[in-house]
Amino acid sequence: MLRFTVKRFFGAIPTLLVLMVLAFALIRVAPGGPFDSEKQLSAEIQERLNAAYHLDEPLWQQFIRYLGNLLQGDFGPSFAYADYTVSELIATGFPVSLKLGSLAMLLAIIAGVAIGTMAALKQNTRTDYVVMTAAMTGVSVPTFVIAPLLVLVFAVTLQWFPAGGLGDWRNLVLPVIALALPQIAYIARLTRGSMIEVLRSDYIRTARAQGLTQTEILFHHALKPAILPVVSYLGPATAAIITGSVVVEQIFGVPGLGRFFVQGALNRDYTLVMGIVVFYGVLIICFNFFVDIAYRWLDPRVKL
Amino acid sequence: MTGVSQQGHSLFRIAMRSLLSSKATTTALALMAIVVLLTLAAPLLSPWDIDSTDWDNVATSPSIETAHYFGTDDVGRDIFVRTLYGGRISLLVGLSATMVSLVIGVFWGAIAGYAGGRTDQLMMRFVDVMYAMPFMFFVILLMVFFGRNIFLIFVAVGAVNWLDMARIVRGQTLSMKHREFVEAARAGGVSNLNIIRRHIIPNLLGVVIVYVTLTIPQVILVESFLSFLGLGVQEPMTSWGALVNDGAALMESAPWTLFFPALFLAATLFCFNFIGDGLRDALDPRDSAGES
Repeated sequence: MLRFTVKRFFGAIPTLLVLMVLAFALIRVAPGGPFDSEKQLSAEIQERLNAAYHLDEPLWQQFIRYLGNLLQGDFGPSFAYADYTVSELIATGFPVSLKLGSLAMLLAIIAGVAIGTMAALKQNTRTDYVVMTAAMTGVSVPTFVIAPLLVLVFAVTLQWFPAGGLGDWRNLVLPVIALALPQIAYIARLTRGSMIEVLRSDYIRTARAQGLTQTEILFHHALKPAILPVVSYLGPATAAIITGSVVVEQIFGVPGLGRFFVQGALNRDYTLVMGIVVFYGVLIICFNFFVDIAYRWLDPRVKL
Repeated sequence: MTGVSQQGHSLFRIAMRSLLSSKATTTALALMAIVVLLTLAAPLLSPWDIDSTDWDNVATSPSIETAHYFGTDDVGRDIFVRTLYGGRISLLVGLSATMVSLVIGVFWGAIAGYAGGRTDQLMMRFVDVMYAMPFMFFVILLMVFFGRNIFLIFVAVGAVNWLDMARIVRGQTLSMKHREFVEAARAGGVSNLNIIRRHIIPNLLGVVIVYVTLTIPQVILVESFLSFLGLGVQEPMTSWGALVNDGAALMESAPWTLFFPALFLAATLFCFNFIGDGLRDALDPRDSAGES
């Protein structure tokens, strides 16, 4: 366990370095800078701004400086939002995105596993076909189509939930559903596949022969192995939910990290964009680590 | 070589037969053919042009008399024609970016698998590292910084999607490396590059085709995601994602501007996913759902 943790920790370092170099290079090679505006700044002011933000140094030196600051937990100041540091912006945006994302993930896992199990139990019946066609549709219809439709039906026509903004739980309902739907569909498909295989295995047949009820078999014996592919999908699912939240936050006007990212990129806000990429990179790497541990716990055959 | 290609052929034939035997996949194939034909025949089907504005019919609902079969948007452009032309772009991006990822992925995977040893380890370690990247973010950055160039979309999206392909191809290559026909070629003095090119890659095609079918919808999705954020193709060109974006803004007053492009997009993705799934089941009956 400890060895695994240490190994993964050092394994993550090259990944993070590649991530940072790529993001840094991409941002700096791009034409345009954070101080381009309608009003032409005088050369002297431009120079001083560049000096103040160390933009006049060679690129590699800037990168080393950035890394050094990062190791001390300093993401630097935001270029576009004056008087804010990137850490402050992340601190305001991330809790919102986290709430949205974790609720969506929870909903996706519970609903996805439940639906997939149901389809597996009724394999090759009409219920199965209907549910699985619905799931295929869910995988195929993109978030940015679902989200406006949800707004149209539940906010504009029925007026059950507000169309956007922040407030109480009612504001969260539509964005969470929009974010979760494709994942529900995908997880349902995964669960169905593995559940069918598990239900066919010998030890389930033994359990059935010993007279256990269907519910007992399902919860005590079948669910744990059947859920394994879902667990290993959680890494990509997190990445998908983070990407999806960029769109969902845009549509529902939720002030989370996704919106900061798009705005930051459009404003050439170097440090903000870089900060968010690094932040999410670390988040995904950590999450994958926990997923691996959970996998090990669920399936003792897997050696870490 | 003939024995080899025959095996690939019969595998293909088995796949085709089981594909066509299923009503659902046949329907999906037919539906997709219709969508493709419609987009190709777009100029013949409507008197309107992609950016011609009909000031007498601004934001009008679908009607046969005015020849606006899908209605018009808020500046009087015909949604029917725009949906079909947008489909051309979406499908084109889907196909070409998939080709980019196909070429990179197949060569990367085949070389890694065939070379083995340290080369293999290094190359696949690189793939692992790339897997952990938040790629959508990089693609967004690319589009923001380098303008909305359609060729850049091909390259960016293709360069993102080759990782799965590389992994699958490597696995297949490993299992093929020690088969008799490869040994025979090696004994006959064929160079490594030629073995990969002439013997390994042709035998991978069955598996690769399945993943191509599953990659195309992913790529179309990425492109429409970018267009939806306003980062994809630019006026006067359009794509399904861009049309959905326009439609979402008008959905209260003119819901048809959202409905038809969304329908075409969803139907196309549905068909590709369905066919890909069907093909995978046909080639590997054991694995019936999800990634393996």
